[in-house]
Amino acid sequence: MQSIAELLGLLPGYSSIPETYRALIPVVVSCVVIFACMALAVLFAVWLERKVSAHIQDRLGPMYVGGWHGWAQTLADAVKLLLKEDIVPASADKLLFKVAPFVVFLGAFAAFVVIPFGASSFVADLNIGLLYVFAVGSLSVIGIIMAGWASNNKYSLYGGMRAAAQIISYEIPSAIAIMTVVIPVGSLSLVEIVNAQQGGIQNWFIFRYPPLVFLGFIIYFIASLAEVNRTPFDIPEAESELVAGYHTEYSGMRFAFFFLAEYANMFLVASVATALFLGGWTWFVPESVVPQFIPGPVLFFGKVLALVFVQMWLRWSLPRLRVDQLMYLSWKVLLPASLALVLGVGWVTVYW
Amino acid sequence: MEVEYSGDVMTLNMGPQHPSTHGVLRLELKTDGEIVAAAIPHIGYLHRCFEKHVENVDYAGVVPYTDRMDYCAAMNMELGYVLAVEKLMGIEVNNRVRCIRIVMAELGRIASHLIAAGTYGNDIGSFTPFLWCFRDRERILDMFEETCGARLLYNYNWIGGLMFDIKPGFEDKLIEFLDYFEPQVDNLNRLLSDNWIFIKRTAEVGILSPETAISYGVTGPNLRGSGVKFDVRRDEPYLGYDEFDFEIPVGQGEYGPVGSCWDRYMVRIREVKESCKIIRQAVAKLTPGDVHESIPKRIKPPAGEIYMRTECPRGELGYYIVSDGGLKPYRLKVKSPCFTVMSAFEEVSRGAMISDVIAILGSFDIVLGEIDR
Repeated sequence: MQSIAELLGLLPGYSSIPETYRALIPVVVSCVVIFACMALAVLFAVWLERKVSAHIQDRLGPMYVGGWHGWAQTLADAVKLLLKEDIVPASADKLLFKVAPFVVFLGAFAAFVVIPFGASSFVADLNIGLLYVFAVGSLSVIGIIMAGWASNNKYSLYGGMRAAAQIISYEIPSAIAIMTVVIPVGSLSLVEIVNAQQGGIQNWFIFRYPPLVFLGFIIYFIASLAEVNRTPFDIPEAESELVAGYHTEYSGMRFAFFFLAEYANMFLVASVATALFLGGWTWFVPESVVPQFIPGPVLFFGKVLALVFVQMWLRWSLPRLRVDQLMYLSWKVLLPASLALVLGVGWVTVYW
Repeated sequence: MEVEYSGDVMTLNMGPQHPSTHGVLRLELKTDGEIVAAAIPHIGYLHRCFEKHVENVDYAGVVPYTDRMDYCAAMNMELGYVLAVEKLMGIEVNNRVRCIRIVMAELGRIASHLIAAGTYGNDIGSFTPFLWCFRDRERILDMFEETCGARLLYNYNWIGGLMFDIKPGFEDKLIEFLDYFEPQVDNLNRLLSDNWIFIKRTAEVGILSPETAISYGVTGPNLRGSGVKFDVRRDEPYLGYDEFDFEIPVGQGEYGPVGSCWDRYMVRIREVKESCKIIRQAVAKLTPGDVHESIPKRIKPPAGEIYMRTECPRGELGYYIVSDGGLKPYRLKVKSPCFTVMSAFEEVSRGAMISDVIAILGSFDIVLGEIDR
């Protein structure tokens, strides 16, 4: 944000703006930049998912729109969704129905504010950054329940209830699993956590106290899959059971908001995992051996994409769990395991 | 299974427009949360008056209508009908017709089981097996298209013979396909059948005990999945199936009680391999001949009645034909395998969860076109 403020300072007449407003401008500008970047990333991810799924399934995927490997397919779809009629079911709770997609969308995008994409590329460095990510991320549950309830459709209701139960259950193991990182660092600030991993791949937290933090990463990754409703945990929108779950009644742009939020959430959990476990923007080897020649944000995005790819890979390979098996996994496997890990990491940090 | 309910029961209408009812089937689910107290199937949305209709069509004209019953295995549907009429008229076909019919019927079985396995993967939430199966099924349809010009509804088996002889080079293509296809079955097993989540989802749900299956008259892979070794091809051979060497796979309950969804699914996968074996043998037995040799000039069976049953991919398909000596069937009744298994659905799915209801329905592999006719 500092760099944005400096850049803005170069604009003619910038210093004549009153001090009170001037402090707000970099915030707004950086939010817009983050939003635009993430929207682009999401569009890219949708295209990538189609290509990845197509090649896993022995198909080609989109090949025509835009020329090169159908790169403009997502844009064309977005335009189509924008132009579609905005249908609100007659028996729906109109206000909640209309608000729900934005709540989900907000929850997904607001969390990016604290994600450090590079050494100085972040909007805010909150000292409770991780707590903020989890708090804002939970907003989307409310939106999903709103959507499920307001649609006045039994399938939507089932989807909403399943999503609420699932996301709330899986937040617990994932929040405890990240404690394996927070304890050694002693801070919830994402920037400080990444800074603690400087100096090459051996300092990344995924390799700290082997295999304790690595297991923490695995638990976080599984739980995060469930939080963003990806296969094998996509039971809230289980197509073969609940038609489309909580967004059964949505069409056009309101559906697109759910869709965008899903992909933004994928990026969010992958970004958090990258920052916590995979060294964030830091370089693979110590600077003294090979200087970093890739900019931090690019490196960060590359690591995020690798995780997003794994998410897609899993989605197109695995079947879906059942509701009770999902709950079993969360409460009887992941939660005790993550608690044990926290104990282990705590013990190692204090006595070793 | 006895289930205790607390709270109110909500009625959930699953279908007739639902991604997983495999056609226009309506399931009336009485649900208590995720638990299904009762699943009542309502059939008849695809009723086309087949049995009444064919009373006004001459015998040869019925064949295209039989195609439209089970559109996933049209080859096997028409085979059962033409065998019944041939039996009524006492027509003997030559060896070439017999071998080609077996090849086509087994190819149809493979194509149908591929749909069953693929859509079952889809029901359980895995989309990739579906497209893998359809990729391989395409090659079978290409061979059908090459032989008779149609990809879905063939009208290929004629009373007393076949529509066309196979094209030159068809045997080589067939063997080439089998060489390609048999390893693909193992790939599918690696992707889906042996997947831990898939086993967890299917191996302990939808138990159809052998006694229940027999009492409801369930046939085909669903019966064999319950461990009962019954196959019309072996127990009441037609077309000379008794000369062929093949196994009858039955459910063994590797991952849970015998008769689970996984057993029924796996029986189909194993049957596909057996069908490949049969096709190889039939190709070896192929002798030159004229496929139009015994087609009668005028199809006018003597007065009488006949029941002919064949093993279609979904079970025992029976045609009961009453002839008054005229040019049209006096009465034609079809014994549908999907209909009988659908009647057992309510009992099997009682007390299951919503996801299990889908798993059970998918494992029965029903085709509504055949149930409703």
